[in-house]
Amino acid sequence: MSALFELVDFRVRMGTRLGPAEIVNGVDWGVAAGETLAIVGESGSGKSMSVLSATGLVPSPPARFEGEARFDGQDLLALDEKSRRRIRGRHVGFVFQEPMTSLNPLLTIGRQMTEAPRQHLDISGSDAATKAVELLTLVGIPEPEQRMKAYPHQLSGGMRQRVMIAMALMCDPEVLIADEPTTALDVTTQAQILDLVQRLQERFGMAVVWITHDLGVVADFADRVAVMYAGRIVEEASTRELFASPSHPYTRGLLTARPRLGEPDVELATIPGVPPDPRRLPAGCSFWPRCPYRSDARCETEMPPLREIASGHKARTFYELESYRGGTP
Amino acid sequence: MSTPLLEAVDLQVHFPVGRGSVVRAVDGVSFQVEQGKTLGLVGESGSGKSTIGLSILGLERPTGGRVLLDGAELDFGRAGLRELRTKATMVFQDPNASLNPRRSVGASVREPLEIHGLHRARAARKARVGELLDLVGLSSSFIDRYPHELSGGQRQRVGIARALACEPELIILDEPVSALDVSVQSQIMNLLKRLQAELGLTYLFIAHDLAVVEYMSHEVLVMYVGKIMERADRDSLYRSPRHPYTKALLSAIPSAEPGGQEREPMLIEGEVPSPISPPSGCRFRTRCPWAIAACAETDPPLEAAGDDSAVACIRADEIAAGAPVTGGAGTGTGVEPESLPTRSR
Repeated sequence: MSALFELVDFRVRMGTRLGPAEIVNGVDWGVAAGETLAIVGESGSGKSMSVLSATGLVPSPPARFEGEARFDGQDLLALDEKSRRRIRGRHVGFVFQEPMTSLNPLLTIGRQMTEAPRQHLDISGSDAATKAVELLTLVGIPEPEQRMKAYPHQLSGGMRQRVMIAMALMCDPEVLIADEPTTALDVTTQAQILDLVQRLQERFGMAVVWITHDLGVVADFADRVAVMYAGRIVEEASTRELFASPSHPYTRGLLTARPRLGEPDVELATIPGVPPDPRRLPAGCSFWPRCPYRSDARCETEMPPLREIASGHKARTFYELESYRGGTP
Repeated sequence: MSTPLLEAVDLQVHFPVGRGSVVRAVDGVSFQVEQGKTLGLVGESGSGKSTIGLSILGLERPTGGRVLLDGAELDFGRAGLRELRTKATMVFQDPNASLNPRRSVGASVREPLEIHGLHRARAARKARVGELLDLVGLSSSFIDRYPHELSGGQRQRVGIARALACEPELIILDEPVSALDVSVQSQIMNLLKRLQAELGLTYLFIAHDLAVVEYMSHEVLVMYVGKIMERADRDSLYRSPRHPYTKALLSAIPSAEPGGQEREPMLIEGEVPSPISPPSGCRFRTRCPWAIAACAETDPPLEAAGDDSAVACIRADEIAAGAPVTGGAGTGTGVEPESLPTRSR
């Protein structure tokens, strides 16, 4: 499968008051049509910045980008903003964490939903409105004609997120980027949204890039997972493989630090310390100060390469860890 | 049986919202917590779980019912509150918002000691602050730091140290880990468990994350729109949930691993109703896959369903015996793939 959207040695640097920060340090991944790639990491791991920068949603300056972000073979970074915007608006849909701040509170749902297709598709206002109503129905909004006239504050959080998803689909995107879209929602609403996105993907065959801090959310529906730490991918594998034999100490830590339903008496593993400041990354492997497996000076001086440890499974380690038992590392 | 450390009897917190409407945030809730134990409170937004926590500390005034601490009814007058807050304290969700950014860590942790006139001598107070920071895994070198210099987990440790300052018996933990990164959540949860074991603390642990509540609690209350739907000890609640809402919540959790344990998918439709105008009868009936006509008529009481558990559902026994869903309120998201519009391309 060839990648529809891919990052090649992608880097983001940003000047801050306290000096330059290396937010994304050479990330490579690709996602094919119909495939779901989950990018998992904690705050400051660069998971959102890598994806949003690659699609041109992070202003430069202050950010500086290196590497390539290819959509359908074309490097978005090499384009001027106008052309990049055309591709983004036409082919990429976005759903963000907080639907209240992503929707314009002063415009009706109908007005916001029809804006992008009227910009990017050769379509009349009334055709756009018809399509908006169809999509609102599709995402499970009751009385969609009435909702077209509503303002965002008149909808619940779950309804707003459904509107965001419908809006993201207005131009029939080939790529859907979902940045923590269920984090602000209740558990039962989260389950509905996860189910909805899967059905939509089956139907439309979009490539989905799902950014999240919670490995558990993506376990059931992502095809591949890339785990990020301090601006780099530390492990990438098919979801099944990643959960069955996590091979980077950080991935293992994440898997064993979450309480698992039905196993409340298993003491949670902890990863000591906190993620590093992107302005002051440690020498060597960024994870060594917190790593329970670190063994010699090499970890503290040299960045381990992201190497293929099994077919389609890459981990950024020098050493092979003992086999995974699912318990405390 | 010994006196429970904390007891709520028919607790009500209603807020008038104008034009005669009332938000029934907490609507007749009774429970007990034994000393040294953790009662978990789970529910979605608007369930009233946080309001219960606030009302026990008098941060929201109960509009009905009673709260007893150590068998004594709480008095929310000025002197009563002052005394209460040495016995019961709170840790909030967002450590960024609950610490004063202009006060050093030492000043924040010292404040309750000053207010309540404890450890009056300067040296003693300083020693107590150092001891508290030590207890939560921060060294005394943190005394002169400010919140912006700390990570989220460190800030939450400061919040816990402050809550421990007056040696309370009860700590209300309102979503104490939900704003933290996964790798830091487990540090805080293990810290809270260790403190409970060492100091004999009693916790009211409020959270929306069922796995986190299971890990932390001895007993669990499931709340929905101001009412208790089910109360049970941890293991029976998670192994054999009786209320349809508890079942729905558990089935909504994404499985922790690919193709994990096969749980019956039970997506419930719709969203939490408004606590201003909750549905008649059972509040969950508008989303309940087992709802029948009778559910609209009676508000089901919380009835004992075994030694230590209770459930508020008129069909609990039938459902436990395997009653099929009525499909009344519907399952699924209401979207059939066949009905989807086609792509315009």
